[in-house]
Order: sequence, then C-alpha cells, then structure tokens
Amino acid sequence: MNKTLNRRDFIKTTSATTIGVATVASGITLTTFASTNKVPVTNEKRWGMLIDTNKLTEAGIDGMVSACQEEQGWGSELHSTGSQKPGWIKKLKVKDKATGKVSNLALMCQHCEEPPCVDVCPTNASMKREDGIVLVDKHLCIGCRYCMMACPYDARSFVHEALRNQKEHMPRGKGTVESCTMCVHKVDKGEVPACVASVNSDAVIFGDLYDASSKINQTLRTVQSAQIRADLNLNTGVRYSGI
Amino acid sequence: MSNIRFEQIEGKSLGFYALVAGLGGLVLAALGSAYYMEHHGHFVTGMSNRIVWGMPHVFALFLIVTASGALNVASISSVFNKKLYKPLSRLSGLVALSLLASGLMVLVLDLGHPDRLIVVMTEYNFKSIFAWNIILYNGFFVVVAVYLWLLFERRMNKFSRKAGLVAFGWRLILTTGTGSIFGFLVAKQAYDAVIMAPMFIIMSFAFGLAFFILILISSCQWTNRPLGDAVVNRLSNLLGVFVAAVMYFVTVYHLGNLYLAENTGVENFILFDGGIYTKLFWYGQIILGGFIPMALIYHPATKGNRSMLGLASVLIIIGGLIQLYVIIIGGQAYPMELFPGKEILEGYGGVAQYSASLPEIFLGIGGVALAIIAVTFLVKFLAFLPESLADNVVQNK
Repeated sequence: MNKTLNRRDFIKTTSATTIGVATVASGITLTTFASTNKVPVTNEKRWGMLIDTNKLTEAGIDGMVSACQEEQGWGSELHSTGSQKPGWIKKLKVKDKATGKVSNLALMCQHCEEPPCVDVCPTNASMKREDGIVLVDKHLCIGCRYCMMACPYDARSFVHEALRNQKEHMPRGKGTVESCTMCVHKVDKGEVPACVASVNSDAVIFGDLYDASSKINQTLRTVQSAQIRADLNLNTGVRYSGI
Repeated sequence: MSNIRFEQIEGKSLGFYALVAGLGGLVLAALGSAYYMEHHGHFVTGMSNRIVWGMPHVFALFLIVTASGALNVASISSVFNKKLYKPLSRLSGLVALSLLASGLMVLVLDLGHPDRLIVVMTEYNFKSIFAWNIILYNGFFVVVAVYLWLLFERRMNKFSRKAGLVAFGWRLILTTGTGSIFGFLVAKQAYDAVIMAPMFIIMSFAFGLAFFILILISSCQWTNRPLGDAVVNRLSNLLGVFVAAVMYFVTVYHLGNLYLAENTGVENFILFDGGIYTKLFWYGQIILGGFIPMALIYHPATKGNRSMLGLASVLIIIGGLIQLYVIIIGGQAYPMELFPGKEILEGYGGVAQYSASLPEIFLGIGGVALAIIAVTFLVKFLAFLPESLADNVVQNK
C-alpha cells in the first residue's frame, strides 16, 4: 500500500467512480419516480368535487383551508403582503341580491375542461391531465402570470418570495405560478384530496364524474348543482349545490 | 432630381456623451432594479395576486405598441409611395427596432424566471396569444432588418418597396396580437372586447409617430441639419388625425361596454367612480393626452410651431402611458364578476390596491432610455439620418 498516487491515476480513478455513481444514482432516481405512478392517466376518468354549501359550515371551510396549507405547505410566507400571499383555496361568503340568502363556500381551482389558463400559457407549463386535473409544470413556468390574468376564478397565486421547508411531494418555487392540484399526489395513490378528507361529512364529495357508480356521479344526478360562471362554458370539475 | 444623402452623426460633442451617460445611468438603474426584484422575489414590488401585471407591463406594452407605430413613417413611403416620407424611412425602421427591443427587455426582466428565456423559444403553445406574439416580435426584427438592409444597399433599393409592404403587413398583425393579449381574456370585465385589437393599432399609430417626431426634431436640431416645414407640417397633421382616431376608438369601446349590462360596473368604475383611475382617464388620457395635443396641433395660434409640436408629442406619449395604465391596472383592479346576481361579502372582491414600487418604475423608464440610447448610438455608426430635410431637398425629389 506504499504506492504513491500520481496525477494520472487519480484522475482515472475519480472519473471512473464519478461515472459509476452517476449511472447508478440516476437509475435509482428514475425508478423512484416511476414507481409512484405505473399506470398512465387516461381520459376515462374525470376527477371532480361537489361542494354542498347548505351542509358545509364556516368552520368546515376553515378546516379545508388549513388542511390544504398543511398538506401542500403554503401560507407561512414571511415577506409577502396579504394580497401577495398564496391562496390555493379560500373561504367566500356570498349573498343573493334578491333573497338575501348568505352562502359560504370554498373556492379553489375549478379544474375546467376548457381551462383558459392552459389556453394562454405560452410555454405549456399550465396543463390539463387526461383525467381533468389542471396543473402547473414548475420547470416550464417562466412566471409571466398570463394564466392569472386569464383565470376567471382568481384561483392562481404567484410565489413572491423564496421559500423554505417545502413538502417533498410539492416542490414550489419563487417566481412561478401555483394553484390547487386536487392533491394529485394523493389521488394517484387512490386517496382523496386533503381538503375533502378534512370534512367529516358528505358536504364535500370527491370522485370520478364519469363513473356511474361513484357517489359524486349519483349525487349530481339527483341534486341541483351549479358551476361558477357557467356562462363561460368552461365545464368545471368542481361543482356546487345550494347556491 | 436630387438624391437624398444620408450621413452618420459626428457623436463627439460633450452633449452627445452627456446624453449617452445620462441614458446609460437610467439603463443601469433598470438593470439594478430587475436584479433586486429577481433576487428578493416580487414581494418587493407593488404587484400582487390581484394586480399581477404592474408598472413594468405598462411601459413594456407602451414600448411594443409604439415600436410598430414608429415604423409607419417608412410604411407610408413604401406602401403608399409618398416620396416626401422616403428620406425618413431608415430612421423610422431604426426607431421601431430600438423600441421593440426595449419593450421586450422590460417584459422579460419582469418575468418570475427571466433565466428561462430558452423555454420560451423551445416550448410553444400555439393556442396562446403570447406564444404567437413571441413569433411576431422575432419576425418583426428580421423583417425590419431586411427592409433596412435593402434601403441601405443601393443595388437592392428596388426591392425596398416590396419589403416595406411586408413590414407593414407584419406590423399590423403584430399590434393585433398585442391588443389581443387583452381582447381574448374572458375573465376580466374590462377586457374581452375584440375592438381592443384595432384600438391598439390606432394607438400605435399615434404613440409611434409622436415618438418618431421627437427623435427627428431633436436629432436634426442637435446635429444642425436643416428640417423644413414641409416634412414637419405633414407629420404634424398626420399626428393630429391619429390622436383623433384614438379618441374615436376609445369612445366606441366605452360606449359599447356601457350598453352591455354585464359591463356597466367596470365602466362606471373607470368613467365615474374609480378614484385614481377615473382621474387618470379623464385628466390624463383624454385631456392631457388627447384634447390638449389636438389643440396644440390644430389651433391657429400654435399650429406650425415646432416647440408646440414637440410638446404635443410629449403629451401624447404621457397620455399613452396613462391610457395603458388605466387599461392594464384599472382593468385588473376592478373585481371579477364571480357570482352574477350575488354580492361577495367576504373572501374576494373590492377594488384591488396597487402602488408601483420604485424598482418597477426604474425598470420601465430604463426601457425608454434603452430605446433612445440605441438610436443615439446607431445614428453615429450608420447613415440613418438624411443630411438635409430642407423643403427644397425633399420637395424636388
């Protein structure tokens, strides 16, 4: 072991090791990601949500907002002002001008079938999955905010500052746009979105709109429901009853 | 028939260096501001999730709209074969390119991720007006550059008219694209009106010509080149017509919106009770940027007076910036109609607040400075400016 290491040997050894580690490591990373979602998403499903404003209490909506913050890791920004802070989901109080009836509801990305944000995005960062979930690809987003101009639901937020302690499943980034992902990371594993899980009643139903045996499909057949700004013909995935 | 001679400016005077230094300072301030905003994130700006486009966009869109308008002088010469405008073609092309480059600089430096510019070039969504605009802007550089080359290269002069025609067509499509950024937005009450595309075209005519006139008068004066009344009066008349046309379009746009019940809210906001936006609309856009310049151009007491024409041009530019501020910021400040027939008590609504931060303003002003500095430098290195625009020179042609 008294062999002295000359420069050429050193370069040879380290290069070989680096290449070896890089090859193995990249393989590991690829497999890790692939294993989370083996079945490609198809348009045979359309994920949706039905929010019953008669059953959902104000405390219930607050719980949905907290659950979303907890799950996705937004809301603890240090520098952003009130209107700069992200709001993936928010509580709205609405009064009918004629009857005076007040309804409370949770408003988030409505996961439109014809999303204006996807139409206007110059780089295809705003996109709709085959199963109807509308997402932002944080690697393609250049932060132009045109999608925010186009969204009729005020559902998108721009990250105004550098972030810390992000959730592993939800990378966010300064200078990009974000919105409700319908907890796609949970849905792909067969779970329901965090906000839906936080409501311990059928005030919020999540499921496949196309599946005739699903609870959401069956409920939508029997109760009167509405889409927000139905006049825009966007065919939203999130529906409301009681408003 | 005399030939128009073009010559570079000397560019050695103290005034020249002072101008370049002053403008350079403004450009550096803009770059510094952009770095500051990118480094900290946009929380240091006045922009928010409600007012997502702020002062940088007002300046950027103004510069882009003005760029296509500045090319008009060249178009009148090539498309409509007006000989009087021929000597101005080169400068017109140069001003157009400089303005567009500056507008794009401001737009790009405000992005959340200016470092991802390559993504803009490689990922196209052909349904997006923005993506189309990227193609139109890049194409504009190529078309106008080729046009300028044909003008400069004597052997190629004979093709310049055809290239001018292409450039004219291209610029019309380009401004249609810029206007459509807003015209095709269904979400906001103030936008979603197809008239915005032609309105932006006519705005570009007025702002572009005003900018061109200022550059022309000042460069002729500072380099002691004769500039006859024939050219100046013709441009002045044209400017008056353009300003009147802008006001016509603004009237039709607002009357049309007032007629639709769904848009009366936003119309009342802009025209009557929108606070700062109402003031800016009436005092800034209509009076300062419309009526006063028209009076200066057409009133017998001031007609033909170059200083007054210069003043009118400055007012048109200020009025134009105010018009874009009212459209862009005012249009966002007014809340969207989420629930027609219902009132939102909590969670959303109300007029969004916005006050531009200093870095945003510096970035915008730096854009204007960059356009002027580019023109100043390039007229030194290439023969863009005619030696004389005296009446006997231009009219004998």
